[in-house]
Amino acid sequence: MERLKLVLQYFQSNSESISNGICIILALVSVKLYTSFDFNCPCLPQYNKLYSLGVMIVPPIILFFLGVLVNRHTGVMMDEWMRPIGNRSKNPAVVKYLFSAMLQRALLAPMVWILVTLLDGKIFICAFSVSVDPTLFSGLPNNTGLDVIKIMAKVPCKEDYILKNTSFRKAVSRYVRCYSQAFGWSILLLLIVLGTLARLIKPYFDDHARALQTRYWSNYLDVEQKLFDETCVLHARDFARKCVVQFFEDMREDTIITLSHPFFMTNTTEEWEAEEEERLHGVTKQEQVDQLLNKWYFNKPELDVTRIAHRPRTCVTWQDRDGKTLYSDV
Amino acid sequence: MDKFRMMFQFLQSNQESFMNGICGIMALASAQMYSAFEFNCPCMPEYNYTYGIGLLIIPPIWPTGSRSKDPTILRYMFCSITQRSLIAPAVWVSVTLMDGKSFICAFSVNLDIDRFGNFSIMRGLSEVERIKQLAKIPCKDLVENQEMRVAASRYIKCISQACGWMFLLMMTFTAFMIRAIRPCFTQAAFLKTKYWSHYIDIERKMFDETCKEHAKSFAKVCIHQYFENISGEMRRIHHHHRNDSDDEDEEKKMSDEEKLLGIRAQDDMNKVLWNWHTCKPALALRKDQINGETKGLLNGHVNGIANGFVQGHTHDVEKKEWAVYYSKV
Repeated sequence: MERLKLVLQYFQSNSESISNGICIILALVSVKLYTSFDFNCPCLPQYNKLYSLGVMIVPPIILFFLGVLVNRHTGVMMDEWMRPIGNRSKNPAVVKYLFSAMLQRALLAPMVWILVTLLDGKIFICAFSVSVDPTLFSGLPNNTGLDVIKIMAKVPCKEDYILKNTSFRKAVSRYVRCYSQAFGWSILLLLIVLGTLARLIKPYFDDHARALQTRYWSNYLDVEQKLFDETCVLHARDFARKCVVQFFEDMREDTIITLSHPFFMTNTTEEWEAEEEERLHGVTKQEQVDQLLNKWYFNKPELDVTRIAHRPRTCVTWQDRDGKTLYSDV
Repeated sequence: MDKFRMMFQFLQSNQESFMNGICGIMALASAQMYSAFEFNCPCMPEYNYTYGIGLLIIPPIWPTGSRSKDPTILRYMFCSITQRSLIAPAVWVSVTLMDGKSFICAFSVNLDIDRFGNFSIMRGLSEVERIKQLAKIPCKDLVENQEMRVAASRYIKCISQACGWMFLLMMTFTAFMIRAIRPCFTQAAFLKTKYWSHYIDIERKMFDETCKEHAKSFAKVCIHQYFENISGEMRRIHHHHRNDSDDEDEEKKMSDEEKLLGIRAQDDMNKVLWNWHTCKPALALRKDQINGETKGLLNGHVNGIANGFVQGHTHDVEKKEWAVYYSKV
């Protein structure tokens, strides 16, 4: 439990970590999606390739769009790109940095899907079983009266009646899977080598100081937007509270204070009552409450809390006969 | 338990993530419901299509209430609510399509069976018989020629899954266009509508809270005044004399004696309770009860300087009161 909290805290510490976390979660979702997807090769010569390539290409596109959608940097980048200049000059390097960061993160989940399909091999078998030369293997059933192509197309389907449990089917599957896995591992190796090379060579082509600045300002934009949203929410809360209280107090009848016997010392048994009175905001009758609720629905107050924000505060000063100040609120 | 509390707190930290949480839960519930549901194709030509397509479409149409809001930002709220409420039905539809049973049930009668091979059982049948045989395909136990059934099921499932993926692609692409491309067009107006839609939500909550607090205070004061009224009557009836020294007691203690409010006998209490039931007091608090500190209670109706001489509790000194008003600007 503590470990989980630590991990969550680490990931929430800055927005880059959050983006990385979400990226990894999306990659895990991609793997889970593949394992739960019930791959169903049609085993017909015309449709095998179409179906397989569809399954290999369409989900990565979906995952890519999802990756772009859930990334916070997308919003920040679009805002920075599209905003009018105003008082703040634009920095295209920041936009480029955000774009490349977003792209790299969004490409992870699709790559994971493609690699998992290649390493698993089902899709390759479905797509390319018709292209295998059957003479390489023994045991091709030739008593069924079907074309060779149709038989080869049925190889991916385990429960098919013609090829059930035959060694021919297993041999062809193994052969194609072998190619598929080789292809998968090569792609993985290529990606890793490219990534390593890019990391090693980048410092020679990059202006490190400029890169630090760009990174700083892109993080700053993200933090600024978050803080702005938070401040807006807090402000809306205060605004709402003041607006509601002002509305309540406007409903109170005019009170004419006759200070002939002002009570400056609180009567002890009714101090709590004074607090309650304050919370009543002067609305103390059933008709007033009804009127208040009615007005709230039919005639909402205008969005202006200047009166309550700047209302005068009563300050009392007590002086004795000689003018000496005994007590003062000022 | 701790895990849930933490997650709950995180989700409640702001309303947007709470809504997203609810969304995710409904999507999971939708997927779980589908897997728990036992699909049962009727395997009859007349009903297959209705059952299959009905199951695809009707569960996603869940009731989504819409709150009536200020018309100026109604469209923003509507879009946001629609986006969130479309996720669970989309999950249901895509899970159904990926599974394929629904399509197999609906479209087995439309198959061209010759495409899958020569099946002797289908030769020499009349049209009606042929359709009946095709309609039985979704049901494993009813078909004798399993080979035909398996081939046909596979084919339809393949088409169903293709439709499912296309559906997902379309939904994701639409969401992408809305979220990623929208800032190009209406960012300033969007910020405004976002702020005011949050504001309206919060305002409604604040109003409810303030009403609740108000009702509580109203009730407290009303009941207190009722007890005082009744205890006043009791004292008149029973000729109880109030101890003056208690009144002038300056100690800040609400002793149990004081809390009794002069009601000390069983008959008196019974009378109070009976009165409360038969003759509740009017909903109008007495204004002369307003006493105590004047700071902050009065709004701008009172202005100017009020003077007065006051008999304080200490009788030897007469104090002159000045009330001066300062603005906080």
